[in-house]
Amino acid sequence: MSEVVKMSMRKAYGEALVELGRENKKIVALEADLGKSTMSNMFGAEFPERYFQMGIAEANMISAAAGLALTGHIAFASTFAVFASGRPYDQIRSSVAIARLNVKICGSSAGLSDFGDGKTHQSVDDIAIMSVLPNMSVLSPADYWETKKMVKAMADIQGPCYIRVSRADAPVITDESDEFIFGKVRQMRDGKDAVVYATGFMVYQALEAAKKLEQEGIDVRVINVNTIKPLDTDGIIAAAKGMKAAVTVEEASIIGGMGSAVCDTLIAGPSETRIKTLKMGIIDRFGTSAQKYEELLAEYNLTPDDIVKKVKEALK
Amino acid sequence: MKYSESEIHELKKIAATLRGDLIEMIPPGKVGHLGGSSSIMDVVAALYFKHMKVFKDPKDPKRDRCIFSKGHSVLAQYAAFVELGYVSHDDLHKVKTLDGTLQGHPDMDHTPGIEAVTGSLGQGLSVSLGMALGLRLDGSDSRVFCVVGDGEMNEGQIWEAAMAGAAYKADNLVAIIDFNGVQATDVSEKVMPVGQVGEKWKSFGWNVIEIDGHNMIEILDALDAAKACKGKPTAIIAHTVKGKGFTFAEGKAAYHNAALTESEYKEAQELVKKMKEDA
Repeated sequence: MSEVVKMSMRKAYGEALVELGRENKKIVALEADLGKSTMSNMFGAEFPERYFQMGIAEANMISAAAGLALTGHIAFASTFAVFASGRPYDQIRSSVAIARLNVKICGSSAGLSDFGDGKTHQSVDDIAIMSVLPNMSVLSPADYWETKKMVKAMADIQGPCYIRVSRADAPVITDESDEFIFGKVRQMRDGKDAVVYATGFMVYQALEAAKKLEQEGIDVRVINVNTIKPLDTDGIIAAAKGMKAAVTVEEASIIGGMGSAVCDTLIAGPSETRIKTLKMGIIDRFGTSAQKYEELLAEYNLTPDDIVKKVKEALK
Repeated sequence: MKYSESEIHELKKIAATLRGDLIEMIPPGKVGHLGGSSSIMDVVAALYFKHMKVFKDPKDPKRDRCIFSKGHSVLAQYAAFVELGYVSHDDLHKVKTLDGTLQGHPDMDHTPGIEAVTGSLGQGLSVSLGMALGLRLDGSDSRVFCVVGDGEMNEGQIWEAAMAGAAYKADNLVAIIDFNGVQATDVSEKVMPVGQVGEKWKSFGWNVIEIDGHNMIEILDALDAAKACKGKPTAIIAHTVKGKGFTFAEGKAAYHNAALTESEYKEAQELVKKMKEDA
């Protein structure tokens, strides 16, 4: 087995903020007493005058970020994904999204990655509730390098963005030199039997599953859906061409997430890519506490072995 | 006296004109937020036509900003925008229509002069605080005025912003509370008593000034005092009458968002005429 290198996506977030801060004086950042966890405090250490500690008051943080954007700043507001999406939902909707402001929201410790803290702190719904907002872009990086490049790209994307960052040290599966293209899916591995659309940490799981399937003679294409919205519908359809079946996998509710968007796309597309598609994700359930992240991934059927099973089921 | 009699007279006349514009937006049968728009109208006249830095170009970077956190009362701002030339008189007749520029709640994309999207109550003061911090960061001396409803103080986010405004010593931020005592369904004391409002803001660390929100001299003096206050934001608690000027509607929750009858509309026009004469 080859050595897996793991790197912190949170650190990538903090480092990217600092780099942005050096390049552009208009970058500001806000936190809600979780900057140590999101690592936005790295920005605060270098640019204290552009860093706003808003206390445990997410609603105020988001609306104040809107105000900063209205004076020409690019405002990055960070906290845990549950407190960055559902909790200040109406502030994001009214103060930010309707006005299409340059507010960049980081939902950190996303999915099940905050394994110990349990259901109140694990975001199963953030992809769905951010995706439903008009004008909102939704990004979901797979590893350290992708996080870094996405955060940098967010500063250039006009309007509001949401990025979902895992708390886990994720296996590095992209290269520093790889280009991140906003709004384009990325093929991580080619195959000719089935396609797996994955996002976030699940891209690594899908690649591991593909290795296992290869040993059984099943050749899987793995697509990294790193921009969930706007969805690269052409890319989604192109990736399904010639495939017998598809599987989607995300560390989030299967309702209204990436998988739903992929299914919507395939079903509305040409008949040749209207293939059997099975969704994997969190099945209409909240999170729960565990001792390890891996335990939770097993509990919620999001391991490489689970993906192997699902691909075989789809190919049946 | 800092302001001459003629200046005060002029502002009173403007306030009467603005109340006339307000009535124009809600002809008989058309529902509109008469009550909260007229209670804040004297403050609006003082802000846009005396105190604030206002330019021909509504986007001039040197301008002061006025945000209606109580967005439903935006008709008061629309009236000011007509007189400032930001929108036309014709626009008034198309308020809340598909092809109009004047939305039911403040929308910066639609209406020149509107600074943000507000109306979902409780958010505007936080937005205003963000603007105040952004302006200060840029070294601008522009100031931010946020109109907050007294009923809006039911929203917890107002107090989040109050806390943060004081923490950041945002002395370029002024909250003006339209204390008309009546909310959508009833008097505020019955809906949700807010208690000692002045004491609350003071305890959060704000400079607090209480005034009669229909007394032009008191309004102007309060705004000047807010400007002079350094190191903390100011809350001006403007005691007002909901529906001010339209006697049939004064102090009544029923006119929070209502359509006037033909006879009420005529009466309102007469009242505006008299306001202009008495100014």
